[in-house]
Amino acid sequence: MSAAELKEKTLDWFDERTGWRMVRDLLDHKVVPMHAGTAWYYFGGITLFLIGVQLFTGVLLLLYYRPTVAEAFDSVRFIMTRVDFGWLIRSIHSWSANLLILSAFIHMFSVVFTHAYRRPRELTWLSGILLLGLMLCFGFSGYLLPWNQISYFATKVGTDVAGTTPFAGPALARLLRGGEDVGAGTLTRFFDFHVILLPLISFGLIGFHVALVQKHGMSTPSGIPASKLSHMKFFPNFFLRELMVWYGVLAVLGTLAAIFPWELGEKADPFASAPAGIRPEWYFLAEFYTLKLLPSHVWIVEGELLGLFFFGALAVVWVLLPFWEVKPGGERRTRLATGLGVFLVSYLFVFTILGYVK
Amino acid sequence: MQGTDSIETGSEDRRTAISWLLGSAVAASLASFFYPVARFLNPPKVSEASVNEVAAGKVQDLKPNSGKIVKFGNTPALLVRVNETDWKAFSAVCTHLNCTVQYQEARREIWCACHNGTYDLEGRVTSGPPPKPLEEMAVKIRGDEVVISRRS
Repeated sequence: MSAAELKEKTLDWFDERTGWRMVRDLLDHKVVPMHAGTAWYYFGGITLFLIGVQLFTGVLLLLYYRPTVAEAFDSVRFIMTRVDFGWLIRSIHSWSANLLILSAFIHMFSVVFTHAYRRPRELTWLSGILLLGLMLCFGFSGYLLPWNQISYFATKVGTDVAGTTPFAGPALARLLRGGEDVGAGTLTRFFDFHVILLPLISFGLIGFHVALVQKHGMSTPSGIPASKLSHMKFFPNFFLRELMVWYGVLAVLGTLAAIFPWELGEKADPFASAPAGIRPEWYFLAEFYTLKLLPSHVWIVEGELLGLFFFGALAVVWVLLPFWEVKPGGERRTRLATGLGVFLVSYLFVFTILGYVK
Repeated sequence: MQGTDSIETGSEDRRTAISWLLGSAVAASLASFFYPVARFLNPPKVSEASVNEVAAGKVQDLKPNSGKIVKFGNTPALLVRVNETDWKAFSAVCTHLNCTVQYQEARREIWCACHNGTYDLEGRVTSGPPPKPLEEMAVKIRGDEVVISRRS
């Protein structure tokens, strides 16, 4: 038997038992439309790649991290000062988290501006929004884990904001904190959320989201005439391009992590005053700054509550985008959706910068 | 035509060369990613407080024909009071598979619960799977304090 025959026989053997050729056939038929906006397609893949980086570096950090108030800070310091390349692994995990959220935001807005959420992709949109929310939860819970001064107070503020939610607020705050205040119970819970609960939910949802993308294929912006559209085979052609983009992202990530290593700060002290210049991670800055601007009372309503109501209403409109953008008659409110997108991008951009500067 | 031929073979060579370059570049970059990971996996040496001598308690706290485990640096040691005057101390780490041994008062021997290995009060193996005798330590009485130390 020649080598080629042997190979074919082996592959047949596995195909008969696993049906793996089905996957290959699927890949064979998958194509990617090529047009001026093709570059936006990369951001979903970049987000997925960075999630992979998080998983990988997260598993590594777990080898040395200890989730208790007494040991958390020291174990992270141990990782950064004593473990070979520990500073790099932790720095990559922190930087990658930030790039991941940035990439997810770009991915979301590119979907909005190309109206890719339209029928039959409503569930892809909803699962994507849910995933973005989960990524923010990952960021919020992971931020506390080093148990340093900044993260301690950020978590106090963050869980306090959750506590002002009408009706369910106090219960929610208690649930998040594992007690009346941020402390040992909070750290244990956030650790659980960060390494067990959120990953479990995310994996399922990522599978669902990506499977839907395979089912419906890539959406093409409606303005492009079919004659101007060419297609590229996904595998291996487009996939190799994606790999090159991922290499580029990894290069950026490695550079940032090495040149600007993530700081550890000081160990949290519940009886110290909040340090000056305290603020949350940049992806919560716009909301943070808005809440800062609000007066304590508007008429008889608490300012903070009003702010939360505003964010809540905006979130509902945003999440339901695929359902109101197309009127029952089939007519489309394209301009309204685009306008809302532009408003949101500008708001987030301006208020994030204001929150950073002020 | 001669010209076309040389271009054809030339491009074939170039393709091979590019594949090699690309392959080496990928391999080199993968090596640079996974080298730090391999180093990270290797736990750093935690400086073990090098202990030569520990106070194991008061003389009157241990009855004749009894034993107790004491902390000797990061490892357990077994202190045995054989009778009023005789004391013995051993490393409590079984030479078989690292379990911690204990003193059996009724049989006056040292026993390992994991695989039923026994040692006599000289640390010699009397039955079971242990391959080597227990490492013996020195015991000194200072006033009413029992001190055990490594035998040099």
